[in-house]
Amino acid sequence: MILSSTRSDWLGNIRGDVLAGIVVALALIPEAIAFSIIAGVDPKVGLYASFSIAVVIAIVGGRPGMISAATGAMALLMVTLVKEHGLEYLFAATLLTGLLQIIAGYLKLGQLMSFVSRSVVTGFVNALAILIFMAQLPELTNVTWHVYAMTAVGLGIIYLFPYVPVVGKIIPSPLVCILACTAFAMIVGLDIRTVGDMGDLPDTLPIFLFPDVPLNLETLQIIFPYAAAMAVVGLLESLMTATIIDDFTDTESDKNRECKGQGIANIATGFLGGMAGCAMIGQSVINVKSGGRGRLSTFVAGAVLLTMVVFLSDWVSQIPMAALVAVMIMVSIGTFSWQSIVDLKSHPMSTNIVMIATVTVVVMTHNLAIGVFVGVLLASLFFANKISHFMYCKTQTSEDGLEVRYEFHGQVFFNSSTRFVEYFNFKDVRERVIIDLTQAHFWDISAVGALDKAVLKFRREGAEVEVIGLNEASRTIIDRFGVHDKPEEIDKIMGGH
Amino acid sequence: MGSTQQNVLACVDGSQSAASVVDYATWIAAAVDVPLQLLHTIDQAKTPAVADLSGSIGLGSQQELLDELTQVEAQRAKLLMRQGKMILDAAKDRVESSSAVQVSCRQRHGSLTENLIDLEDETRVLVLGIRGESHADGQGGVGHKIESVVRGLHRPMLVVNQPFQEPKSILLAYDGSEAAEKALQMVVSSPLLKSLHCHVVFAGSEEASVAPLEKAKNTLEAASVAMNLHRVSDDIAASIASLQAKYEVDLTVMGAFSHGRLRDFLWGSVTAKVLENTAKPLLLLR
Repeated sequence: MILSSTRSDWLGNIRGDVLAGIVVALALIPEAIAFSIIAGVDPKVGLYASFSIAVVIAIVGGRPGMISAATGAMALLMVTLVKEHGLEYLFAATLLTGLLQIIAGYLKLGQLMSFVSRSVVTGFVNALAILIFMAQLPELTNVTWHVYAMTAVGLGIIYLFPYVPVVGKIIPSPLVCILACTAFAMIVGLDIRTVGDMGDLPDTLPIFLFPDVPLNLETLQIIFPYAAAMAVVGLLESLMTATIIDDFTDTESDKNRECKGQGIANIATGFLGGMAGCAMIGQSVINVKSGGRGRLSTFVAGAVLLTMVVFLSDWVSQIPMAALVAVMIMVSIGTFSWQSIVDLKSHPMSTNIVMIATVTVVVMTHNLAIGVFVGVLLASLFFANKISHFMYCKTQTSEDGLEVRYEFHGQVFFNSSTRFVEYFNFKDVRERVIIDLTQAHFWDISAVGALDKAVLKFRREGAEVEVIGLNEASRTIIDRFGVHDKPEEIDKIMGGH
Repeated sequence: MGSTQQNVLACVDGSQSAASVVDYATWIAAAVDVPLQLLHTIDQAKTPAVADLSGSIGLGSQQELLDELTQVEAQRAKLLMRQGKMILDAAKDRVESSSAVQVSCRQRHGSLTENLIDLEDETRVLVLGIRGESHADGQGGVGHKIESVVRGLHRPMLVVNQPFQEPKSILLAYDGSEAAEKALQMVVSSPLLKSLHCHVVFAGSEEASVAPLEKAKNTLEAASVAMNLHRVSDDIAASIASLQAKYEVDLTVMGAFSHGRLRDFLWGSVTAKVLENTAKPLLLLR
């Protein structure tokens, strides 16, 4: 299963895939270097990771045409681990991340994505863009004006070069930006920071190595929190990106296979001296835009990346950081969902709060997993609140005033159970109380508890209580929907409303 | 067999073999007395409609790209739909002009293989050409979709590679395996094949051939099918081709791809070899 792919997955679009793969490889180099710097490791760690993740995911991934490599979202999670425990622990955490992702794939946790609402996804994407942008700021503080000028010119080249007739559409503008800035800095002999100043670049092909960490419980305790967070964020970003590519290409992807694939790719990467990674929204968009559709595009991206870096490492080390910063600013601008700002006016307040809360929490914690968790939680609370409004009660008192009938309609659960009790009038003296629940739905134990409470209270006041239709109403409490999956069964439970 | 109505499903596209696919399908539908359904699939090519190698993404790039892709693909799909309708109409006319078989047309999106798997329950026999329209004309070889279709489906399928010629005799490749046993059962039970002269061929050594050939003989005799028994010692694919020529066999029946992909990848698949070498239509049974 994990290896199965059709011929057309690989060879259906050779020309487009190879060209797009090369464009993506060129854009991946600055990103991999930049994300290594965010994580606090040598550029070669990110470059090896990008190579191995891209190549492995091309074979085992569930979404052909999606680009996975070292990413900012993951890099941000490993900063403290690298700082406090060193690189070897990062490799160990990468292996564990992969293992957790494979388990998630087998448990079919990809389906949990259905809990992540659209506003949380938007919040995730925006937060990611903001984090990538913020990670560039250290390169732009306490530096000479040359750096600002070069970054500005670099951005100018990136955005204006595509408008140049003919060549604008065939040569990637980020590459032009990097070439121009590097050439200028070398010719003029500018004394600004270059990639070479940031640490080692790859000079050989990656080699297999087992992380040099003690294999004991203590190690596990150190790496597990990081690995768990990385596994979650990696899967989230990968599955979100897969959905975006599904939309672009109007095709389906296998989400559970993608989870397993991400896991396998991370394990391979851990053994090859790379950092954990996942799918990249920006790069995948660039890939589709450049005409990449098949597995070949991802494979070519990884292979070309490694070849270029290994053989051109002397040149790559000359790239000024300012040029990289320009490329990364482009990535962050391209990743940010600007439409979401326009939509703030038209979307309901609860949706906006979810989105903004997700962004705020991520920017504050630098942890996308926590942000998504808060977002999902808020969205669920808002939903529960909305649904709780779908309950009302018709009260009928008999002419002699001795009998009262409460007829409930709608959804009774933890959030509406207080209101459910408030409908009852315990003060007026009645001999007989009828609670008709035929049209109501009891969703949980809180609802039953609220009813019990009301019935007890009426009895204490000396009234005879009769509950009608409790069986029908409480059929919705069941947790498993196995036999009730059939439309006619659901109709029966929901009573046609 | 499910409760759904079963059809003879004929896959047509713009390739040259479409006409003979329709003819063979008509012949089967008439003989087995089931409706004939003509299927055309719209498989949007993987070659992207939009390609911009500038490698930059800016404000609203995602939405722009999505809009652009949707627009271009919508136009392409409309064109393909119209084209498919014409192919189907022509095929339907061809059926109606030559036979009274009940015929219907169907157009579906997606790849041929996935659609055939979706329609498996409604399919009794599948008829398809050996090469699709994406294969250049005049070039030999087997279309690249055939193997995945044959592997994905569990219905008898007729692979057509020549203009229609009403079969008079058939060749049954029989090796005593489970798939071959099914093929044999199909020959004796099918209203289509029972009346034809059957050449049974076994590939292998003298002593290994005795029991299987005896069994095939008894089964066929019991169903009063006229037959000849043959044993060949060498390469089955080449032998089938030479027997076909020698006895002017019009149709070859065999169990297909009884081994896993991996084994076939390593040792080569008999089915694939027969498909490549045969000059006559091949009825494959899974």
